[in-house]
Amino acid sequence: MKPLLRLLPYLRRHRRLLVTGAIAVVSSNLFTVVQPLLIGRAIDVLNAVLQKGEGATGSLAWYAAAVVGTSVIAGIFSFLTRQTLIVASRHIEFDLRNDFLAHIQKLSLSFFQNTPTGDLMAHATNDIGAVRNVVGPGIMYPADTLVTFVMVISVMVTLDWQLTLFALVPLPFVSYAVYRLGKIVHQKFEARQATYSELTTRAQENLSGIRVVKAYVREQYEIGLFRALSLDYLTKNLVLARVQSIMWPLMFLLIGFSLILTMYFGGMRVISGEITPGTWTAFFVYLGMLIWPMIAFGWVINMLQQGSASMGRLMKIMDTPADITDGPGTDRSVTAVEGALEFRHVSFRHSGAERDTLSDISLSVPAGTTLAIVGYTGSGKSTLVNLLPRLMDVTGGELLVDGRDIRTIPLDVLRSNIGYVPQETFLFSETIAENIRYGVDGGSDAGVREVADIAQLGKDVTEFPHGYETILGERGITLSGGQKQRTSIARALMRQPKLLILDDALSAVDTYTEEEILKRLRGVMKGRTSIIISHRISTVKEADMIIVLHEGRIAERGTHDHLVAQNGIYAELHRKQLLEDEIEHL
Amino acid sequence: MQEDEVLGKAYDGTLMRRLLKYLKPYRWYVVTGILLSIAVSAMEAVRPYFIKQAVDVDIKASDPHGLLMTTLGFCALMLVRGFIQYLNAYLTQWIGQKTIFDLRMEIFEHLQHLGLKYFDRNPIGRLITRVTNDIEVLNEMFSSGIVMVFSDIFTIIGILSFMFSMDWRLALISLSVLPLLFYGTFLFRRKAREAYREVRLYIARINTFMQEHITGMLVDQVFNREEKAYAQFSGINGQHRDANIKSILYYAIFYPGVELIGAIAVGLIVWYAGIEALDGAVTVGTVMAFLQFNEMFWRPIRDLSEKYNIMQTAMASSERVFRLLDDTTKVADPAEPVALGTVRGDIEFRNVWFTYNEPKDGTEPEWVLRNVSFTITAGESVAIVGHTGAGKTTIISLLARFYDIQRGQILVDGIDIRQVTQADLRRHMAVVLQDVFLFSGTIAGNIGLGNAQIPEDRLRAAARVVGAHRFIENLPGQYAGVVKERGATLSVGQKQLISFARALAYHPRILVLDEATSSVDTETELVIQEAIKKLLHGRTSIVIAHRLSTIQSANKILVMHKGEIREMGTHQELLTMGGLYFKLYQLQYKDQELPTKR
Repeated sequence: MKPLLRLLPYLRRHRRLLVTGAIAVVSSNLFTVVQPLLIGRAIDVLNAVLQKGEGATGSLAWYAAAVVGTSVIAGIFSFLTRQTLIVASRHIEFDLRNDFLAHIQKLSLSFFQNTPTGDLMAHATNDIGAVRNVVGPGIMYPADTLVTFVMVISVMVTLDWQLTLFALVPLPFVSYAVYRLGKIVHQKFEARQATYSELTTRAQENLSGIRVVKAYVREQYEIGLFRALSLDYLTKNLVLARVQSIMWPLMFLLIGFSLILTMYFGGMRVISGEITPGTWTAFFVYLGMLIWPMIAFGWVINMLQQGSASMGRLMKIMDTPADITDGPGTDRSVTAVEGALEFRHVSFRHSGAERDTLSDISLSVPAGTTLAIVGYTGSGKSTLVNLLPRLMDVTGGELLVDGRDIRTIPLDVLRSNIGYVPQETFLFSETIAENIRYGVDGGSDAGVREVADIAQLGKDVTEFPHGYETILGERGITLSGGQKQRTSIARALMRQPKLLILDDALSAVDTYTEEEILKRLRGVMKGRTSIIISHRISTVKEADMIIVLHEGRIAERGTHDHLVAQNGIYAELHRKQLLEDEIEHL
Repeated sequence: MQEDEVLGKAYDGTLMRRLLKYLKPYRWYVVTGILLSIAVSAMEAVRPYFIKQAVDVDIKASDPHGLLMTTLGFCALMLVRGFIQYLNAYLTQWIGQKTIFDLRMEIFEHLQHLGLKYFDRNPIGRLITRVTNDIEVLNEMFSSGIVMVFSDIFTIIGILSFMFSMDWRLALISLSVLPLLFYGTFLFRRKAREAYREVRLYIARINTFMQEHITGMLVDQVFNREEKAYAQFSGINGQHRDANIKSILYYAIFYPGVELIGAIAVGLIVWYAGIEALDGAVTVGTVMAFLQFNEMFWRPIRDLSEKYNIMQTAMASSERVFRLLDDTTKVADPAEPVALGTVRGDIEFRNVWFTYNEPKDGTEPEWVLRNVSFTITAGESVAIVGHTGAGKTTIISLLARFYDIQRGQILVDGIDIRQVTQADLRRHMAVVLQDVFLFSGTIAGNIGLGNAQIPEDRLRAAARVVGAHRFIENLPGQYAGVVKERGATLSVGQKQLISFARALAYHPRILVLDEATSSVDTETELVIQEAIKKLLHGRTSIVIAHRLSTIQSANKILVMHKGEIREMGTHQELLTMGGLYFKLYQLQYKDQELPTKR
């Protein structure tokens, strides 16, 4: 239960709602408890009328009105309870979810590489939901239970304490049974869910591998396998059904014993004249009122346990420290970046990895020049450029921007001067204009059009149903790979960055369009630094400097002509692409 | 996704009749379930009667023995009722689960026999939803739904008949609140459902936003968008909260409202009993029984209104399920198939034209293969080369008859493959696909694919021939070693060797191989080259080749370009021609002559 203590600050924030709620719960129950008393009195009056023939039935109408009246007042308080306690739980859910997002926003690339998106989603939905249950129903029902319990029992004791004892004997068993059975149900349910996901996985595998299944004529075998799993699932379901089926009958049986005890012993006491038939009736009604709280009690304990486990999981994420942030070494006086880069024996190693991804990179890129990077897959190209917006920090050597250590520049200053076009294009399901404007505040329509034209996207946009207001993604249109890349380039250009990074950002664009984009880029990027990663020689050949990365090291460096003359990796790439072009044009 | 959200009407005769067919094998169980429900309802209705007996007879007569008997009778009733209730709850679940099992197997079997074309068109995620989610929804209808509807109706009837037989005037008076209850419940259900739908909408938005911004977190960070994204999220999150608060309002009104209606009924009973008491027309016991009935009435009415929701989702799900079952995108086996018998392995493509998408309006389709003709004599090996998109993989798919061709003929041993069953045809060939697909299970299971006719030593022999034996022996568990989903723990090279062993274990006459392009280390490369040589030895083979060694050892090379065969001949012949092959060779294969250099 300890993780639940972390909820205290959240509870404090909504204490007014919670306190009002507590008062409402008590009041509502006060008025509910009075009702059986009224009914009991009414029965006594009725009994008297029937036995003695006295015509005092007018008071019965008064009792009837009182029952309705107290019910109205109890109803108002019960309404208030839900409007405060449960509403507070929704506010706390809101706070928790916001805080969760705010926290993970501060975490770096390595966290996301090691944490599956599905897990984070599960925390944000299931776990926060389980915690909310603790705050809302988890407070309301125990409060309800406690108040009802204390009041009902004290009334019952004043009526007839001996009968109260008899009647209450079976009730603790109800709570205990709910608690125990609830636990077993939870276990059986988990077991069933496990088989269910196995079944889903099997279906997934079978359908993904349907070609193999068909090629080797294994359909019947696959059906057999699936049947076995389905049968297992059937069995697990029936086991669960057995436990669940016993729950309610058992509950009613236990409660039934209460009724039986009240019936016999109460009846005997009526016969002996110790209590009136009205009191006896009231006992039945009170017993009815105790049933639900007793059931809720066992249920709430399970809920608290699950909520506590969920809170624990949430806290594990919330307690993960943000590793790339401004620190004590940050120089707040830096407000602009010019774009001169210098790598001094830079190396990088992923945590837990055995080898360096980058080693001994020394390189100087003067402000306003273009650096191109080529190399095979896995040679460390993307890692190298990821160091610049500090998606990752170097693990060895020094990286200088404008002559100062990159870590001394405030993170927001550094990043707002970088236009980054990642290798895997990621656009949001918003309009094209919103995507292009993503990295700037405001940003005029004319500005959006201008950068879209540079990225050769303008013509495509005119053909979309709503132009720049066309929504992308699930609810809108799907862009082609090339269109996505060009949108991503426009988004980077929109920031008018001092440093532009294109990580293989033209791979899905055809060569003609690429040529056009590069031509326009050279114009706008005059005086700014660009870093271009590409597999295509045509993309990089005009760069001021080209480096060839091989297994994390700089294998070759120089201009295009220089590298072709060297007859190394670069020259080989160059030859192959000439041939490729020739085949394309056959 | 959206397709799965739409809810329609709660009852559709055609769908319902079709659904009920699945209950037919269990009809006697259903009848038993209904009978048990009636018994439970009857006992439920009898309960207040015992209390009346205790008050009006036993206590009035001051008869302790009678009270004991009545109590014992009540006790027995509770026990029997509990037991029957348990039996019934279990039985209804049993019926539901059995029915669902049948339906799930029917869908799965249907999926196994659909043509690949169907899988090209339908995302796997959606199909899985049919086999899992949609069916789970139907479970609720089959189990609790149908039986419980009867039970609830009988409970209501039972209570009503007791009430009227005891005191019809009091019955009418206490039932006078019923319209209010019905109307209130109806209104609440509608409002609550609307609110719930709104909540669902915002949950979906929260999920989409989260998913998107977790996946795109780096973009947010690099573009300094954290604060804006947070504000945006907070907005959606707030809408979700507000929608929930709105639905809380309905509950906050509804629950006390129901209590109040109950209290009004109690008030009416007390008040009217007073009036009747003047004539001595009522007993205390009757009044107490009525107070009990009043409490019992509420549950079955609430349950019935819940059934409406269950039916509505069940109808929507069953419609999707039946649409899948009615789809007949299949490669059809002939009515009177020719048996292939022992296959020599001659293959001929005769003027084959093929497209994946036949336009419905009769316009000229985009042909993937155009007039492709070639022959392979039994025992020969043929390599297919060509640029991406030239139609190489299609040739393989057609030979295995994953798709049917539009024009021309494909012959095996001179027999058109459309004249034999697919099972018969594929029994004689082994297809090794480019992306090796491994199932979770064991190594042996992945080689034999669970074929009981392939004994363990044949699996091992196959693995030994292709050179997979060595690494398998070193795995924990060896042949019984665990393969994770998609073979996650195995290297690319190891997966390929397993797929080779798989092909070989089936002793095919015809081998179809789509070589993987992904690079492996030099040592594994040599093992793989050796394995391919052994695979091809002595059988008819078609290989989409990426390896120089494979091409050089082929008897014939087909050079494909944009769906046509451009050149055909041996390696040397084609090289001297100096055409397309020559260029492809220089681009893709020449470097491989020096395996040490990348």
